[in-house]
Amino acid sequence: MSSENKGKLKFAFYWAASCGGCEIAVLDINEKILEVVEHVDILFWPVAMDTKYSDVEAMDDESLDVCFFNGAIRTSENEHMAKLLRKKAKILVAFGSCAADGCIPGLANVSNREEIFDVAYVDNPSTDNPGKVTPKTKTRVSEGELTLPEFYDTVKTLDQVVDVDYYIPGCPPPTKLISQAIDAIVENKLPPKGSVLAPLKSVCDECPRERSEKKIKEIKRVYEVENVDPNVCLLEQGIICMGPATRGGCGAACLDANMPCTGCGGPTPNSFDQGAKMLSALASVLGVENEENMSEEEIRKLVDQVKDPLGTFYRYTLPRSLINRRVIKK
Amino acid sequence: MDRIGVFVCHCGVNIAATVDVDEVVDFAGKLDGVVVSKSYKYMCSDNGANLIKESIKKFKLDGVVVASCSPQMHEHTFRRVVEEAGLNPFVLEIANIREQCSWVHPDRKEATEKAKLLVKGAVAKVRLLEPLVREKVKVTPKALVVGGGIAGIQASLDLSEKGFHVYLVEKEPSIGGRMAQLDKTFPTLDCASCILTPKMMDVKNHPNIELFAYSEVVSVDGSIGNYRVKVVRKPRYVDFDKCTGCGDCVNVCRMKGKVPDEFNMNLGKRGAVYIPFPQAIPLKATIDPEQCLFLRYGKCGRSPACQDVCEAEAIDFTQREELVEFEVGVIVVATGYDLLDPSALYEYGYSRYKDVITTLELERLISSSGPTGGEIVCPSDQRKPGSVTFVLCVGSRDETVCTWCCRVGCMTALKQAYLLREHLGDDVEINICYTDIRSFGKRYEEFYRRIRGVKTNFFRGRPSEVKEKKDGLTIDVFDTMTNKLFEIKTDLVVLVPAVVPRNDSSDLGKILHVSRGADGFFLEAHPKLKPMDTFTDGIFIAGCCQGPKDIQDSVAQASGAASRAANILSKEELEAEPLIAFVDEDFCSGCATCVSVCSFNAIELMKKEDNKYVARVVEALCKGCGSCVAACPSGAMQQKGFKDDQILAVVDVLGGEA
Repeated sequence: MSSENKGKLKFAFYWAASCGGCEIAVLDINEKILEVVEHVDILFWPVAMDTKYSDVEAMDDESLDVCFFNGAIRTSENEHMAKLLRKKAKILVAFGSCAADGCIPGLANVSNREEIFDVAYVDNPSTDNPGKVTPKTKTRVSEGELTLPEFYDTVKTLDQVVDVDYYIPGCPPPTKLISQAIDAIVENKLPPKGSVLAPLKSVCDECPRERSEKKIKEIKRVYEVENVDPNVCLLEQGIICMGPATRGGCGAACLDANMPCTGCGGPTPNSFDQGAKMLSALASVLGVENEENMSEEEIRKLVDQVKDPLGTFYRYTLPRSLINRRVIKK
Repeated sequence: MDRIGVFVCHCGVNIAATVDVDEVVDFAGKLDGVVVSKSYKYMCSDNGANLIKESIKKFKLDGVVVASCSPQMHEHTFRRVVEEAGLNPFVLEIANIREQCSWVHPDRKEATEKAKLLVKGAVAKVRLLEPLVREKVKVTPKALVVGGGIAGIQASLDLSEKGFHVYLVEKEPSIGGRMAQLDKTFPTLDCASCILTPKMMDVKNHPNIELFAYSEVVSVDGSIGNYRVKVVRKPRYVDFDKCTGCGDCVNVCRMKGKVPDEFNMNLGKRGAVYIPFPQAIPLKATIDPEQCLFLRYGKCGRSPACQDVCEAEAIDFTQREELVEFEVGVIVVATGYDLLDPSALYEYGYSRYKDVITTLELERLISSSGPTGGEIVCPSDQRKPGSVTFVLCVGSRDETVCTWCCRVGCMTALKQAYLLREHLGDDVEINICYTDIRSFGKRYEEFYRRIRGVKTNFFRGRPSEVKEKKDGLTIDVFDTMTNKLFEIKTDLVVLVPAVVPRNDSSDLGKILHVSRGADGFFLEAHPKLKPMDTFTDGIFIAGCCQGPKDIQDSVAQASGAASRAANILSKEELEAEPLIAFVDEDFCSGCATCVSVCSFNAIELMKKEDNKYVARVVEALCKGCGSCVAACPSGAMQQKGFKDDQILAVVDVLGGEA
């Protein structure tokens, strides 16, 4: 699809519950952005342009070619914009881990609105709020009624709210994946709907470290290992690396910095629950050499070496995982 | 698959009494993809099989669900039926509506609902099944027998008689095992050596048996039909071919009479160079490197006496361990047992009091080839005992030590009581403290009655303590028959210890791929129907490594194991089970997690030309256990017949989502 024949492609970028990192990632493609602008008109991009929601509402349905949507669905505003942009865009891309998998905001699914508001607005050492005022969707003031979006109990992924066409994983997505996605869109070479625009294999495929058998005797946190060997698989050194259960495309960048993969690429194509897959793998190899002779007590001790299991195995994928959230007792 | 037949079995009343079979049949008939649904009283009968076969042909079925008992019972039956009707045997799925439904649920309505769900799940799975092919594997017509005790000897002789080459590996310098240490056997009072040594000679002389004594199996790879075995032959420091077994070296060894003799349960002493017992097979001297002065210090007098005296010039201090490799089709494991070290029960004073001994020690004292030449004396002062007291169930049938019965203790004590009476005369007092006398074998009860008749005192109770006093040992025992507390004064206490797994059985189990039960003994594949099979195809167990048993049971089991093994060896080729793991290389990133969990060395990590890694399943070695599939963090490893999408289809049905 060349710009001469059919006119420029129309893009939108939007951020929902996110940190802003994904926006930076778009700029991280550096001079490629000039190429993008050559083929593309950006009609809506709150972080960079002064456009209003009403401008989007005024657009014809499917008048946008592509919308890159980053951020999870945390509030009614996020949900409203997701539905609106779905209607206006031919192709909706869940851009980055929050939109695709729920990511860090999604870890709040171990809590609920009441508890979150309590910590954020009432019960913390730096807050003085004797009236225990927390955000309300409607507040009467002398000038009239003020409104705020509703804060949901549960964080959702974009595809739990609207139909999503493509996914670009990563926290934030690696520039290589972004460039490739844009090229595919511009050249009209997109794979079938529903595809994740990233490699099929896990991070290990891109990791140059030597690996052999993983007979892990104990689990350590990074600071507990003196002289982490930069050439040997981190799991084999007792450090939990989510690489084997995480979709690649990042070039194993964290491993290159001698730090373990934390899993931002999300699950691999053949798995629907990244955390469960990694747990299953780790449980299979942990203490495997002496398994038969270990008492329940010793096994528990070994397993207890995993600090913060939820934050380790489900750091990026809790909302889309099987466990999804803590059960809310009514 | 969209032409599926569902066949629901009544199993007499086993299923039909609890599950409304007609309702299940009606329900199944309406499921997507199902073209015929029928029931029969016994689907596993010829009539049932014919019903399935006719339906396959008549309705041109491409998939079959049988709702019946556990697949462990009849999956192979129905696979054959399906195959005979011209379908691939692996487009069959069993819905277990007996063990997992009718037998465990009392409520007819709920059980029927569950049976319907199980059938629906099976139909969902069959729709996704793929035809699989059984590969042919050539069989190496040779056997490995591990352990040269009576069970190993019997299995070797049976297999060699059937014409198969047998490698018999024994870790001690001689075969014979525990039985060689016994004087007489119960209840016939046959001389143990007299009935054992001819068999040992047969092993030595049989052209089909290759004996590796003083050797250990260090690794086993491969699978049924083709196991690759590595054996380490330990150095005897004696040239095997030159040594004539004359014993000259044994007599001149400078350490003679200084080294505790393990064959005699450390009651006697041997030298550094030794032949464990006169009838040893092979009859070759062995130098104990831990004790030999020359091997330890590089110096033994002016020159090693053994070397000086050996006319055959067989002494060779330069010998090293030797690694031998060979291939076999089957393995029989007959590694025997240990006796519990009774020091574990402090109150009985074993190892604290010299005159507290075990039955095996007494056996050596009774034996004319034993350390005292058959003289029965108290170890403390070499005096003939005036009173001997047996304590049965030392550690056996005891929740805190060994829960199981040793099965030989009662009869051993009765036999030894008889032998003591014979050797020491009428004036020796014999006491037996027992829990229950278990004389279950053929002619055992008669033997027990005979002993009860010869002035033997029976106390029904477990002694609380053995104490040493100035004038000998005393035992406190509460007799539950008379409700009286007795204090027995005695000269010699004989403990009957529990029979326990060999201390190296954990390592051995790993090397041989044999699983162990909670008690530590090797585990049979089925306690009733496959007592000699293990969970690894082509590997069998015999004798006390599987659990305590007496000689006749060990011999019977060994012959049985040999026969089971011969079933395999007599075939030229086997069909390999196709339900094995495979790697989808498009998704595998070679993280090697699967390699670490495979117990069968069936997964290789390959480095490709582009320096990237990928895992590969060696199909001949894969047992289809599924460990790697569960461990694979990316889902690249799948199992044929149990692929994620096939299992999830069932889960969705059972979870009410489909």
